[in-house]
Amino acid sequence: MHDQSHTAADWYENRYRPAKARTGERQERFETLSGIEIKPLYTPEDLAGWDYRTRLGYPGEYPFTRGIQPTMYRGRLWTMRQYAGYADAEESNRRYKFLLEQGQTGLSVAFDLPTQIGYDSDDPIAQAEVGKVGVAIDSLEDMERLFDGIPLDKVSTSMTINATAPILLAMYIAVGKKQGVDPKELSGTIQNDILKEYIARGTYIFPPGPSLRLIVDVFKYCADHLPKWNPISISGYHMREAGATAVQEVAFTFANAIAYVSAAVNAGLDVDRFAPRLSFFFVAQSNLFEEVAKFRAARRLWADIMRNRFGARDPRSWVLRFHTQTAGVSLTAQQPLNNVVRTTVQALAAILGGTQSLHTNAYDEALGLPTEASAQLALRTQQVLAYETGVADTIDPLAGSYYVEWLTDQLECRIRDYIRTIDEMGGALAAIESGFIQREIQESAWRFQQQVESGERIIVGVNKFTTADELQVPIQRVDRAAQLRQVERVRDLRRRRDNRKVEAALARLEEVARGDENTMPAILECVEAYATIGEVCRVLRKVFGEYRERVVF
Amino acid sequence: MTAERKIRVLIAKPGLDGHDRGAKVIARGLRDAGMEVIYTGIRQTPEMIVNAALQEDVDVIGLSILSGAHLELVPPIMALLREKGLDDLIVLVGGIIPNEDKPALKAMGVAEVFGPGTPVSEIASYIKRAVEEKYSAASGQRG
Repeated sequence: MHDQSHTAADWYENRYRPAKARTGERQERFETLSGIEIKPLYTPEDLAGWDYRTRLGYPGEYPFTRGIQPTMYRGRLWTMRQYAGYADAEESNRRYKFLLEQGQTGLSVAFDLPTQIGYDSDDPIAQAEVGKVGVAIDSLEDMERLFDGIPLDKVSTSMTINATAPILLAMYIAVGKKQGVDPKELSGTIQNDILKEYIARGTYIFPPGPSLRLIVDVFKYCADHLPKWNPISISGYHMREAGATAVQEVAFTFANAIAYVSAAVNAGLDVDRFAPRLSFFFVAQSNLFEEVAKFRAARRLWADIMRNRFGARDPRSWVLRFHTQTAGVSLTAQQPLNNVVRTTVQALAAILGGTQSLHTNAYDEALGLPTEASAQLALRTQQVLAYETGVADTIDPLAGSYYVEWLTDQLECRIRDYIRTIDEMGGALAAIESGFIQREIQESAWRFQQQVESGERIIVGVNKFTTADELQVPIQRVDRAAQLRQVERVRDLRRRRDNRKVEAALARLEEVARGDENTMPAILECVEAYATIGEVCRVLRKVFGEYRERVVF
Repeated sequence: MTAERKIRVLIAKPGLDGHDRGAKVIARGLRDAGMEVIYTGIRQTPEMIVNAALQEDVDVIGLSILSGAHLELVPPIMALLREKGLDDLIVLVGGIIPNEDKPALKAMGVAEVFGPGTPVSEIASYIKRAVEEKYSAASGQRG
């Protein structure tokens, strides 16, 4: 009679195999969302040769696996930052004030597509989309209304804006000045990550060359004038939502990040002048342990890249600071209340993974924009996790789990392999231009779809446990009147402002864009003269040209 | 029209939105189901979509819309199709579409609306059935 196993091999042989032979297992193969095969059991044997000090270290110290601050959430909780914005500036301002009253601790602005792609609200091409997926901003006037009654020295604001990021940042600076806030005091983030727009999200305007120049201009400007501002949020979120696995999400994000850091260094910036302000944005998906391991692996790997690949000497340059959002693609239109549960688990993964800020999705987002009530519940989900569960009371509580440490190592190793492959192709830009990254993501999306259709992957309420009667939930509508009001407003502005001043500022911008001076001061001048986004982008389109998508499918 | 002719489908992304995971998955799935599929890429105007439909001689247009602008984006496409004499094409809409908007889209001439979570296999069978019905009705009239 076999009494007690002395090794894992013993246990497999004498306990596990006979039991499996008798009763079988639920699946042939267990794997994470990245396709990493999961063993039945993890033991100290899986961590043979694993060294605590080099693999983990201590919070706030290289390689930062356990977290980037010495006190983590015991000092201060993550920033609860709900992405919001729709219709016009007044409507969105009301929603921001509502969220702040409900205990949200940072703002996150969603812009509509015309604002993101550089068209004014009265442009014929913009007609259907004004105020639809975010707030419509045409000029500084709209931005003043958006932050009316919100002191910019008291909140931090994240703006999901890419191709037009320099313009929106200029507007934010201008609003701050009008409120009497020194740019040095402004804190927040612009996404400003164009490479992933070519890969996944699609709000590009200009070709890669000029786009990278604008990004480096913002890096330089912020290093000189906005010390508390994050000039970029290098984003894996959208690539993951487009189908990437956890491994691909981090690998492609870091490949893009390496391209930005290289571009800035090649433009003559010292790495330690801008690297401490680089920030990141990832998803939290539903596979709890894989996501926690992903965040830990990402921190460790980024520290190594910055310290050893780029030779950064300031420890702040080694630190991976990131925002997390729960997974939009995991939300189902069927049985929408189930989404509250999915979002809770995903948010837990982000917290256990040590995120700096978090957005939790609302349960109705597979159907439309969140209502006030669903947005409130999404925020409450974070508050319950923060204040009632104790998960924020000790740092990196999953450390030392044989499984989590093994998985962290696995992910890091696979992410490194991908980055090496992309390096060999000539870097992220080459890998995007050849369609490699897009194809890899599409393959993963297709594999996922096939698993769902075959029933191999279960989505509760969609391909199993379905119900005939679907709960009807209320949908947030964008008021048509708000759209028309916005169109009228921008037309009215063009009549009221000093058009000679606008023309002069736009002419100056064109001259700067054609040369190699930093574009930020000229953009700020345009914005302060109340030039519109469409007008500024018309000048830049004329000088830089427009990117044409290479359809990869 | 021979029975051998493959069903031809145009998948298009009207408007300014760039989220095309769904469009690409559907395009690939329909191709695997034996159809000839053309995907336009993102940011397509009504003119671009209708011209592509005309040039590619398609039976079906699938419009993928996630930005909430479906009630504004679909009518100009339908109007242009009528203008070009293509109003017999089967137009499908997929994406983030509230249930309560489905009747309005159908009143515009959209044949069917597919929401999130619809299996590609279901869309493929719908298309096969609809195209078959259309041609048997057409040959019935001629005969």
